[in-house]
Amino acid sequence: MTYLADVVALTRKDLRIELRGRDTLPAMLLFVVTALVIFHFAIPDAAGDDAAYGLLWVAIVFTALLGLARAWVPEQEHGVLDGLVLAPCDRSAIWLGKALATLAFLVAAQAVALPAFVLFFEPLGVAALAGVLLADIGICAVGSLLSAMAAAGRARELLLPLLFLPLAIPLVVGGVGAAVSEQAERFLLFLLLYDAVFAVLSWASFEYVVTE
Amino acid sequence: MIRGQKLEKRYGHKRVLPGVDLAVPHGGFAVVTGANGSGKTTLLRLVAGLAAPTKGKLAVEVDRSRVGYLGHEALVYRELSALENLDLFGRLYRVAERRERAGMLLERYGLWESRNERVSTYSRGMTQRLALCRALLHDPSLLVLDEPYSALDDAGVALLDLELEAAAGSRTVLVATHDPTRLDRLATTRVRLA
Amino acid sequence: MTDLSLTSLRSLPALAWITAAAMGLALVLALIVAPEDADQGISQRIFYIHVPIALTAYFCFGLGALKALLLLWRGEERYDLESYVAIHQGTIFGALTLITGAIWAKASWGVWWTWSSNQLVLFLVLFLFYCAYFMLRFSLDDGPRRARSSAVYALFGVALIPVSFLAIRLAEDFIHPTVFTREGPQMSGSMFATFVVSWAAVTLLAYVLYRVELTGKRLDADLRELREALQ
Repeated sequence: MTYLADVVALTRKDLRIELRGRDTLPAMLLFVVTALVIFHFAIPDAAGDDAAYGLLWVAIVFTALLGLARAWVPEQEHGVLDGLVLAPCDRSAIWLGKALATLAFLVAAQAVALPAFVLFFEPLGVAALAGVLLADIGICAVGSLLSAMAAAGRARELLLPLLFLPLAIPLVVGGVGAAVSEQAERFLLFLLLYDAVFAVLSWASFEYVVTE
Repeated sequence: MIRGQKLEKRYGHKRVLPGVDLAVPHGGFAVVTGANGSGKTTLLRLVAGLAAPTKGKLAVEVDRSRVGYLGHEALVYRELSALENLDLFGRLYRVAERRERAGMLLERYGLWESRNERVSTYSRGMTQRLALCRALLHDPSLLVLDEPYSALDDAGVALLDLELEAAAGSRTVLVATHDPTRLDRLATTRVRLA
Repeated sequence: MTDLSLTSLRSLPALAWITAAAMGLALVLALIVAPEDADQGISQRIFYIHVPIALTAYFCFGLGALKALLLLWRGEERYDLESYVAIHQGTIFGALTLITGAIWAKASWGVWWTWSSNQLVLFLVLFLFYCAYFMLRFSLDDGPRRARSSAVYALFGVALIPVSFLAIRLAEDFIHPTVFTREGPQMSGSMFATFVVSWAAVTLLAYVLYRVELTGKRLDADLRELREALQ
């Protein structure tokens, strides 16, 4: 299946570039751990244990934004994005390759962040972790598309958070719910719904964002 | 091969390409000239398929996979090596025996020695030569070159001259240039943009 | 060039007058004629304005998304402006929804804001989303890129409406705001009539504003094009 082969080639390219440059992933790691430390000082004791889960999600969303802001940087130098758009591969494959690579970075950052969270704050159950993974998919699907949109304009570092955060609200609800609610399954199903809707939307509309 | 009638491109209220007519037969060699800002780049982008005309009709008889484009920018990844770049594009363009073909092109364009070094270490001339390799990698039937001589070093210029000689007749070529005299004897069609 | 047929221009002033009359009638009905609600008293009257404004905002966002879809599908430039104006109106009415909602909350429960009204929270999220839409437009230069990106974002917005609503409902599970009880008003016949008149008036208002803004922007664009052509 050449579509998948294209996607794999593109994702590998991103992983390779990051491994060489080594700037985005370390920054995300450092950022998320620092954020968690700040949160320790930011919540008064009276807030209750569950408040920590909310803060975890704030940390995840903003760490993701860090990674997403840099997602299309390799394509902007030397105008490579045009080169990808010219190629006979499906334009949506460009989006999928990028979303998968961004997902890999986000999961890698969380591989450090989540144990740190458990160490500093509260334990994380299976439902909570499933919530993190499902929300990651939504974040990367939507975020990769929005990042490409923002990259074409001025003030792109300002624009991406503005475009992304309202769309991240349902993800935060899903993630926190999966962590604290007794009916975690409803939240997990909801996250699945979000992923399905917005991944399909992003997949279908990417073509229009990169062509004129 | 290429047929364009009253091609217009507008960005908002700015008209960057006033109605332009273009006709290039198979195997033709079209040279596009004009002052800066006259719309040469836009016209080439339309033909290559990077943008659609706002008005007018454009018919390009080849599919994306047979078009080789060289723009103002090199369209290669800075953090990858020449070989890795060509390998990636070779995959995306479904080039048969892409490794061999990439190797051959890199050698022809004097980049074999530096094939494993990152493009970020290359000089401007070398980068432009790599861009040319990328444009030729999939043996395109239509070559669209936007001021290809501008970033080339002397070695590259000589190589490009050879390439264009060979291309005239075997491929359809559309070149935008500041210096029409160089390509005049190869040109079968001349387009002058105001 | 925009086809500003004389008929479409001529009908606008007439429509505007009709709208003004309809709004006037609606306001009179809502504030004076309709019977006072037994439970909520005077504050309930805001309902006649607040709900139609909210519904109209939804409608405008929907219209904006429809035009956006048409732009992506058909590729005709005019849909970009139509989509933008519809969303602009939707955002204005969305802001009005938040304001009238706040007034109602203050009048009913003494607070300017409450998280317990799912409707209001949803509008807040949407308002933020559509404000970002304008930031997107400001940051991109005019052209097909901007038109298409805006259109895609507008489609995301319409998908966000039900998803957000669901999220807010689910969030009640772990966020327990002080719940103010408010039953949907039991509408008597005259109340219902007032509501319908009000809804019609507000819809008409939105439509007229949409047409006025669209015409104005089209003339603007035509003028700029002419200026360019003369240079």
